Amino acid sequence: MRLSQAWIVARHDLSMIRRRRTILGALIAMPAGVSIGFPLLVWYIIVKSPGITDGVIISFVDAFAFWFAIAGVMLPSSISAYSIVGEKTEKSLEPLLATPTTDGEILLGKVLAAFLPTMVSIWAGATVYMVLIDAITRGTLGYLYYPNLTIVVLVFALAPIVAVLAIEISVAVSSRVQDVRSAQQISGVLFLPFILLYVAAEIQVFPLDTDHLLLLAGILGLVALVTFRICRRVFDRETILTRWK
Amino acid sequence: MIHTDGLTKQFGTVTAVDHLTLDVPEGEVFGFLGPNGAGKTTTVRMLSSLISRTSGSAEVAGHQIGDPSAELKLRHQIGILPENVGLYESSSAYENLEYYGQLQRVEATALRQSIERLLRMLDLWEKRDLPVATFSKGMKQKVAIARALVHDPVLLFLDEPTANLDPEASKTVREFILELKRERRTIFLNTHHLDEAERICDRVGILNTRLVTTGTPGELKLGMSGHRTVVTVDGPMETLAAAIRSRLGDRRIDVQGSSLVVDVTDPDRENPEIAAAIVGAGGRLRQLTQASASLEDVYLKLVHEGGPSA
Repeated sequence: MRLSQAWIVARHDLSMIRRRRTILGALIAMPAGVSIGFPLLVWYIIVKSPGITDGVIISFVDAFAFWFAIAGVMLPSSISAYSIVGEKTEKSLEPLLATPTTDGEILLGKVLAAFLPTMVSIWAGATVYMVLIDAITRGTLGYLYYPNLTIVVLVFALAPIVAVLAIEISVAVSSRVQDVRSAQQISGVLFLPFILLYVAAEIQVFPLDTDHLLLLAGILGLVALVTFRICRRVFDRETILTRWK
Repeated sequence: MIHTDGLTKQFGTVTAVDHLTLDVPEGEVFGFLGPNGAGKTTTVRMLSSLISRTSGSAEVAGHQIGDPSAELKLRHQIGILPENVGLYESSSAYENLEYYGQLQRVEATALRQSIERLLRMLDLWEKRDLPVATFSKGMKQKVAIARALVHDPVLLFLDEPTANLDPEASKTVREFILELKRERRTIFLNTHHLDEAERICDRVGILNTRLVTTGTPGELKLGMSGHRTVVTVDGPMETLAAAIRSRLGDRRIDVQGSSLVVDVTDPDRENPEIAAAIVGAGGRLRQLTQASASLEDVYLKLVHEGGPSA
């Protein structure tokens, strides 16, 4: 596996992504919405509920931060759908496969092209979120809540694992669909369990503290390993040329 | 440059290519003819190590196909124009070529020179920065051919290079292929345009899952029709036919309207004798031509009958 060859593929796909306004918009809008919108909501809750306890504020802050993991599902799905189904619709996979580049290098390049902008977007958004939350809650809590281990686990462990899983699912889905929208919609199914987790956190059924996030990251990491094997089987040049619909 | 021995590809129970044994020497333009579904594209994909073979063997540009250690080296030495051009429509012609050149590990300066040379040859240099989406089909096809050549491969596979092109674009692409032929590149050309094969190819092979026959277009046509001379005359046909027989010996002569179709073995020697026989018998010779089957006749006969010409 030559990383330089994978990087050529990734760099090309990144340049294609830069031309897609919808993807660029999603990469900016979603983390911006989470990092600005939710702190404003926390501020509103604090202002409107003078007797609110520190525990309730923290549970809101942690639950809202979980949206960075949800962004880890949504953003790479749309990018990798363009990256792979886009090649499929332009019929550019065969010439790409005819170059001296291995299947693994092409796949890695495509994973990087979806993963890197997603993570940059999430990390930038999380930074803004932490700064704003600290500014808003410091007076009530009496200390700076961020940075803490929970957000570190969330954005450096859970979100990357979730992003990789979403890309893998998108690759698997891409082999069976003909257009980008279908790929995005089917890959988006992964979004639902995360929304359920978010709701569970809001109603205090599944607290999104460090331990639970680590547990979740571990389980999803195992799922991502299994999915990777499926992905490698699907992204095989003979399969692509003879069986992809 | 290409040697295959019993090369076979099956998809489940369907045999796409059956025991293909073929040699294409360096510098030759080899035309691979066959109807849709005959296995032409599958053959190119096997020869370029894009898909595996079921059985048999093949050596391409000195590399055994199916040898994982040679796959990347092989793909570096060949250029492929697939049936679908597969360009990145939102990228410019230059960017498309640059990407493939980088994947082929062409050094940056050499790549710039190669792209400029190819785009100038194809009259696309002035449009190098325009998105490919704005190009006509013929222009896209030219960019795709340039992409196959950007790393200066020793062997070029062209899969239906003029399919779906209008006559003018087809002509441009054909002329470019002839230019490549003059450079003595080895070209493996999949086509079902018989006229194109006849004009461009040194040799052709007719495939219908199995290789039916190979030869130069001239050999194939001759193999089917033999040597026949058509003379258009004014005069009593039976008398003139008898005069020809008396001069050249007994042979088959068919009367077709005002023409006599004469079987000959050595046209250079016998045609003047035929002319003399006709004039000597009081006939008036209006025209004398050497008849041959067209490549289309050969193709249709072999594809439908499934066997080589006698």
